[in-house]
Amino acid sequence: MTESICVENLTKNFEKVAAVDGISFRVRQGELFGFLGPNGAGKTTTINILTGLARSDSGTIRIGGIDCTGNPRAAQHLVGVVPDESNLYPELTGFDNLCFCAALYGMGRTKRKARAHELLDTFDLTPAADRKFAGYSKGMKRKLTIAAGIIHRPPILFLDEPTTGIDVASARQLRHLVSDLNRSGTTIFLTTHYIEEAERLCNRIAFIVSGRIVRNDTVEHLIQPIKAKHIMRIACATMPNDIHAKLTHAFSELIFTITNEGFIRVESEKPVHVGPLVRFLEDNGAEVTEARRMRPSLEDVFVNITGIAADAMRKEKEKRGGGQ
Amino acid sequence: MKSWIAYWNILLKDMRTYYLKPPNVSWGLIFPLAWTSMFFIRSGTGLEDIMILLPGVVAISILFGTTSMLAVTVTFEKKNRSFERLLLAPISFELLMLAKTSGAILFGVGNAFVPVIIAVFLADLTQIAWHVFVPAVFMIAMVSTFLGLFIAVAVSEVFEAQTFSNFFRFPMIFLCGLFFPIEKLPVFLKPLSYALPLTYGADVLHGAVHGNHMMPFALDLALLAAFCVLLFAASLWNIKRRWIL
Repeated sequence: MTESICVENLTKNFEKVAAVDGISFRVRQGELFGFLGPNGAGKTTTINILTGLARSDSGTIRIGGIDCTGNPRAAQHLVGVVPDESNLYPELTGFDNLCFCAALYGMGRTKRKARAHELLDTFDLTPAADRKFAGYSKGMKRKLTIAAGIIHRPPILFLDEPTTGIDVASARQLRHLVSDLNRSGTTIFLTTHYIEEAERLCNRIAFIVSGRIVRNDTVEHLIQPIKAKHIMRIACATMPNDIHAKLTHAFSELIFTITNEGFIRVESEKPVHVGPLVRFLEDNGAEVTEARRMRPSLEDVFVNITGIAADAMRKEKEKRGGGQ
Repeated sequence: MKSWIAYWNILLKDMRTYYLKPPNVSWGLIFPLAWTSMFFIRSGTGLEDIMILLPGVVAISILFGTTSMLAVTVTFEKKNRSFERLLLAPISFELLMLAKTSGAILFGVGNAFVPVIIAVFLADLTQIAWHVFVPAVFMIAMVSTFLGLFIAVAVSEVFEAQTFSNFFRFPMIFLCGLFFPIEKLPVFLKPLSYALPLTYGADVLHGAVHGNHMMPFALDLALLAAFCVLLFAASLWNIKRRWIL
């Protein structure tokens, strides 16, 4: 299969800090490639370098078969970019913003108007077409920014944190739209800190931590090693402070983790019996409200590989950009 | 062709969103009006001085009009990240920056004709060599715009651009021969005058309006063109160095 993006030994330093530290990866044509990592891992810097908004210190880049190493703007006609923050013009209406973006790609007046109407319809923004962008809600702004990114039907799309800071319904709609775009043949390079989102959408995922890619594989292959594990999540209304120590002592064959959200996560190589666990918890002063068996997820892989709690990563991001 | 569609639409968008907005139109009208009135009243010698003052008022109107606008159209867009959208467009960087500055050049040319229109009612303008005056106005608008661009890309905030502009603009009023002949300046200031582009623009305007000029028109215009190229190239280099990290 042809490669849409090919990156070799890419590095970028800001003063003495290595923002991107010798990363290499390939994105195949038609693939939905996830780029996952905590804040400051180097995701946005990588996108900026690939799209010509930043210069690399070393390494090679090929986009759509074009060598962009010396000339980062060489493949700009092939790519669409949706940045992590909406960067459309607040004083223009939604329709005018789309028409303007289309004009930047050389589309004629009739074509750009038709395309703008088509995208406003696809993204359910037709009723707001004549409203100024400044008056849009966060979800609407994200949708219009994505629409602007695909106005010229690019074969390669860079999506930087597309669902950060928007409500659940809008996020779900955006995920459907991203899936549909990919199904229609667009190669998508997606950065996100929502692991479940990456798991649901992506064919392949690279984990980036401190500027380095620590793992790059298909979702299936990433999950394979932990697929056989048994995971349970127990929710408690109240629990004593020393419960973790008590559980570990009483059930030495199980691994317990207390999450930031107050859940007890139980991991085991063998099936976990719920009854004895719940009885033990209640005998020791915990008020159990729910116990649920969980399917091993990409989040578990991420935590295993990076040592970073996914919850912490998500909360930190949401503190900056608003909640999903 | 595709690049020119982008160029035209960037220019059109800037005209609609910045230059043709009521506050800017009124700034474009009131500012030259205020300068014109101030100098005409202060000169105290009656209407015959209008032709002497007109070149300076025209030049100053262009200079302040253009340099003020670049801080908004470039620095502000850089700050709110909408400039990134332009940088992502598949057009040459030079054409992109020309598109961003064309609006200011037109705005400057428009500003230049406010004092001229006032002067129509107060003096006989038939002696003006329009074939020299109009290209000079256009060249001054270009060089002032590129000076504004050079300043706008050297800073990060709109207020910094405005403040930084004043370091250039106000000395230029006195050093470029707009109202005070360069020959009357102290010797140590004269080299500075010749290092400023507006000196050559003012010289052409003086020549076109009342016939007194120091250098041949062709040389003045050629030097203005050289300043344009220099300032534009320096601005592009600065944008690439500072904004495309």
